[in-house]
Amino acid sequence: MSMSPAELDVILLSLKVALWCVGISLLPALFIAWLLARREFYGKTALNVLVHLPIVLPPVVVGYFLLVLLGNRGVIGAWLLDHFGISLIFNWKGVVAATAVMAFPFITRAIRQAIEAVDQNLEVAALTLGRSPAMVFLTITLPLIIPGILAGITLGFARALGEFGATITFVANIPGETQTLPLAIYTLLQTPDAETAVWRLVIISVVLAFAAIALSEWLTRRSNRRLGGSV
Amino acid sequence: MFDIRVKKSLGRFHLSADIKAEAGLTALFGPSGAGKTLLAKMLAGLVTPDEGHIELAGRTLFSSAKNINIPVHQRHIGFVFQEHRLFPHYSVRGNLTYGNGRRAGKATPVSFEKVADILGLAALLDREPASLSGGERQRVAIGRALLSNPKILILDEPLSSLDDARKREILPLIEALKSEFDIPTLYISHSIEEITRLADTLLLLDNGAMKAVGPTADILTRLDLIPYAGGYDAGTLIAATVTAYEPAHHMLTLETAGGGKLYITGGAKEIGSSARLRIRARDVALSKTEPKSMSILNRFKGRLVDHCSGAEGMEELLLDVGFPLTARITRKSFEDMKLTKDTPVWALVKAVTISRA
Repeated sequence: MSMSPAELDVILLSLKVALWCVGISLLPALFIAWLLARREFYGKTALNVLVHLPIVLPPVVVGYFLLVLLGNRGVIGAWLLDHFGISLIFNWKGVVAATAVMAFPFITRAIRQAIEAVDQNLEVAALTLGRSPAMVFLTITLPLIIPGILAGITLGFARALGEFGATITFVANIPGETQTLPLAIYTLLQTPDAETAVWRLVIISVVLAFAAIALSEWLTRRSNRRLGGSV
Repeated sequence: MFDIRVKKSLGRFHLSADIKAEAGLTALFGPSGAGKTLLAKMLAGLVTPDEGHIELAGRTLFSSAKNINIPVHQRHIGFVFQEHRLFPHYSVRGNLTYGNGRRAGKATPVSFEKVADILGLAALLDREPASLSGGERQRVAIGRALLSNPKILILDEPLSSLDDARKREILPLIEALKSEFDIPTLYISHSIEEITRLADTLLLLDNGAMKAVGPTADILTRLDLIPYAGGYDAGTLIAATVTAYEPAHHMLTLETAGGGKLYITGGAKEIGSSARLRIRARDVALSKTEPKSMSILNRFKGRLVDHCSGAEGMEELLLDVGFPLTARITRKSFEDMKLTKDTPVWALVKAVTISRA
């Protein structure tokens, strides 16, 4: 099955968006997950709700909020445009922003659960051995939550590949610019006699999803083996 | 060595401690819930006292008056926990060297080879913690704490999670640490056997309050402390030197500093060595006349120094038989024998009930 240039565009854009989405989300998600798992602070419940909001809200509503906040005249959007010359409207960066917001709760949840599963007694033991809290995080906590981080990456990647509602609301459906796999399938579904083309993209979606899960499983098993299988 | 004056309240539990300890092995003894671990955690910085002052090797670690509270990782305290707490993602070697070399300022840092040798870890270095037995894990945990070059080693009931066979494997190693490394040690336990065997200084803690502090042998001969220092298993610690060996019966003669003689079984190679013996108060029988023609080998002539009533019809006695010895008999026997202070008595102890502490 050889791919047409148009199909290749869609796939490459989707992969680029998904990688960027996970890339920019990972560190903030790690930080928020750690805050939620390990710290008590004023407004923790509010933060928790805010992080999980994209799961429970209709994606179209999230897309509308993004339009209001990140549009060129939105509070954040105007600031980005003024200071960095970055505009998110109707281009792939906007798709990354939309997918990142939608994927963020999934990444954060997976990492948070992993952090909560780490035996804090090990961290205390490491402190008594004279390592600073930052070193303890890097040498004890982080290695022990790698399976959770991998799970978060997989979930986030899959969410980004599949995101539809927030994306189409925020940055519309522009071929070559914001048209990812689900948007392309949606367009083809509305085109007469495009059933074969739809099937081709559907199969590609399934293959990508399987590949992501297989890769993540393999990485998780590898890291579990390194952890001695006793985590 | 360390000086702790702290107060801490947790709900209805109040801990108030005032301890000074010198080098050597100091045992913190008391029943479960006495506050032993809480005290150790305050020393290590894992729990913040409500008020007080903690000093270790001339350095103030905590002072509520001066608003000092040194964080855990800067306190230089080697903590061996009840559970081993080994890092699952490091090999035994990785665990041992985790804190290694992080602490400057000690003239003779503990060497990796020596620790691995004494704790018998050389063959385990490339193993994963998950593949080790309980005793092996605790040995690695002790080694790991030692190799962080601590100013003090805290052993928090290091044997409590192990079965008897493993305990017998680890106890001699802790004794070896005492003689091989010059690191002051705080040993927490609720087993009077372990304490009698290991401790130079004994701290008795009960329900958050310090009951007594002093040399182990002295504390163990105080009748008023028997409820806190062993209760049913209370006994005397006797330091003695092996002076003779009788090959036909494998019998050893031991002499105390005061000239008292004891007989136990043992081997020839021990002549000249010193031994710590433990005689439980309940294993001592008394006679007012010199006993003859009986199986009991250890017959000590002496006198009754002090007595007090113990639990459930028991009388606790302190004897002087060339060395201090505690005895426990029923109050009925005590009254039938018409014992009072300074009554001359013979104390009888079966050799087989004397344990090597």
